[in-house]
Amino acid sequence: MLKIENLRAAIEGKEILQGLDLNIRPGEVHAIMGPNGSGKSTLTRVLSGDPRYEVTGGQVEFLGRNLLEQEPEQRARGGLFLSYQYPVAIPGVSNIQFLKAAVNAQREAQNLPPMDALQMLERTRDGIKQVNLDESFLQRPVNEGFSGGEKKRNELLQMLLLQPHLCVLDEADSGLDIDALKVVGEVVNGMRAANRSFLLITHYRRLLDHITPDHVHILTAGKIVASGGMELAEQLERSGYRGLAA
Amino acid sequence: MSNPSESTATIDALVKSEYQHGFVTDIEMDRIPPGLSEDVIRTISAKKNEPEFMLEWRLKAYRKWREMPLPNWAQLNISPIDFEAITYYAAPKSMADGPKSLDEVDPELLRTYEKLGIPLHEQQMLAGVAVDAVFDSVSVATTFKKSLQEAGVIFCPISEAIQEYPELIQKYLGSVVPQGDNFYAALNSAVFSDGSFVYIPEGVRCPLELSTYFRINAANTGQFERTLIIADKRSHVSYLEGCTAPQRDENQLHAAVVELVALDDAEIKYSTVQNWYPGDEEGRGGIYNFVTKRGACLGTRSKISWTQVETGSAITWKYPSVILRGDHSIGEFYSVALTKHRQQADTGTKMIHLGANTKSSIISKGISAGRSQNSYRGLVRMSPRAENARNYTQCDSLLIGKQCGAHTFPYIESRQPSAVVEHEASTSRISEEQLFYLQSRGIDPEQAVAMIVNGFCKEVFDQLPMEFAVEAQKLLEISLEGSVG
Repeated sequence: MLKIENLRAAIEGKEILQGLDLNIRPGEVHAIMGPNGSGKSTLTRVLSGDPRYEVTGGQVEFLGRNLLEQEPEQRARGGLFLSYQYPVAIPGVSNIQFLKAAVNAQREAQNLPPMDALQMLERTRDGIKQVNLDESFLQRPVNEGFSGGEKKRNELLQMLLLQPHLCVLDEADSGLDIDALKVVGEVVNGMRAANRSFLLITHYRRLLDHITPDHVHILTAGKIVASGGMELAEQLERSGYRGLAA
Repeated sequence: MSNPSESTATIDALVKSEYQHGFVTDIEMDRIPPGLSEDVIRTISAKKNEPEFMLEWRLKAYRKWREMPLPNWAQLNISPIDFEAITYYAAPKSMADGPKSLDEVDPELLRTYEKLGIPLHEQQMLAGVAVDAVFDSVSVATTFKKSLQEAGVIFCPISEAIQEYPELIQKYLGSVVPQGDNFYAALNSAVFSDGSFVYIPEGVRCPLELSTYFRINAANTGQFERTLIIADKRSHVSYLEGCTAPQRDENQLHAAVVELVALDDAEIKYSTVQNWYPGDEEGRGGIYNFVTKRGACLGTRSKISWTQVETGSAITWKYPSVILRGDHSIGEFYSVALTKHRQQADTGTKMIHLGANTKSSIISKGISAGRSQNSYRGLVRMSPRAENARNYTQCDSLLIGKQCGAHTFPYIESRQPSAVVEHEASTSRISEEQLFYLQSRGIDPEQAVAMIVNGFCKEVFDQLPMEFAVEAQKLLEISLEGSVG
């Protein structure tokens, strides 16, 4: 699914990722844990093609193709999805209009006819229940005036509609109460499939109580320093990052 | 992986789209030699078979104009205009006797309208729009006269109104924009060749959206339309105006005057989508759009609402204004002005509060791209009699790229302590974060920029009638995208 080799990336001349390796096979759930500034968010941005980050070395292969030479919109249409930690607001653009544009961009890439507004409303109905948002959110401007939790649910709604091959969730648990955290768990677990993989970025173990990962990695200073299973997350909770890095 | 400067380059490419309405219609024209004199005005008046009072009115305007200096106060860089080089009257020859029906209209003309997407024929019925199309100086065809007549609504070329309804013309023409109001209004008063006239009788809600499409076709021709709309007591009308012009290297002058009069409890909604040729990337050619638009809320509880979407013209200089004379009257101004290449726009409004409890609101959205300059200039005046008057102004500017400029000049004059004036302003750049967010959902950059800009303009588009709102959105997208010229 996703194969990262010796990836190096910088922002404003400062190298954040310093030779990162990661291999995610179809159907797997991977969790990356790490302290602030270790490069977790940078990794998600580089994967989705944020032009502010500069790749200084290494390779990324996604579904057999060179990911790094694709534009952000091509990566998305190819089945890569990033759930943002702090999704930006787009004033004046209704959520449904945005969802429709995203879904239709993907359908166009798959040579499917575009959906009209009515079909789109029909299609969102289930998803919006699953993420526990009110239907009025469809008519509101994208992320504008949404609470932190509502923004996260809205990201999940997009993930449900786009049915990506690889879902990258950046701090999907931060700032969520226990009920919202459950929703994240339900959505991800419900979407798990043999041809779909997940990459969870998190600070804390608590998200992993709801979603059981196949692999856990520890990222510090732009490199993966340890990989294992759930026991790694448990060990981390006992000893902290310092204990692990030592 | 693209580098940071590339996203700016993408945005630049988006705004370099070409003008889509730049075709020229090849028809024989009846025109008088260039230049302006009392004789030229007499000729125009004679060609239009005008009554004596009209000729006198024009001559008075001309004499005022000759005494007036060129205005020089706007934030604009204007190359000198040679008023002697302009042709002040041009009409398609085949129209000399006036068409009796659409069948008699030159098919070449009709094709022009088709290219512009103005349906003049039966499909108009479905759209519910009556069109008074002005082709250079003569009105070509007026549709739906009949159903309007049944409602008692008068909607006709102003040249016809001068002959048919001289009492209304004498009472109201120049009552809102006097002949000597400003340089270009004086010029228009002297030489205007045609335009639209609307009268909505007492208590009538106009059954159709009225619409005029103006088009400048002949080279070196100034277009000087004159529009007069009168809404009698308790009446209601919505009027749409759209504009395009062919692509030419030299600049063309467009100096229109629009006057609106609303009596007690009447409401006029005036919407404009202006897409005159803006000139090329280097600033060659394009329309000089110097327009005086003003409405008078004469009656108690009357309301005038201006909505404009300005994407064209090399230079736009216009301030659709409302004089709030009647107590409890309401004035509104909603504006989207998009400039690109080397376009210059200096636009805004004046809200003159004379009556008590009058209210006005101003929502202005300026979008600047390329090397363009976009200014909002607005005056809110609270006169001593305007007790408890209120104004709310919001001016937002959006910058695309780094070589353009946005300016805001709010003027507030209050001589009534109970009056409240609120002003909010913001300037922002299209954010890379927004652009990237949309792209990372599979949306291509052109569409993403168009979505962000359309979202920015939403409050104004919401004011437009449905079909016009769709057209305005499309126009904005076309202006932003690299589309086929």
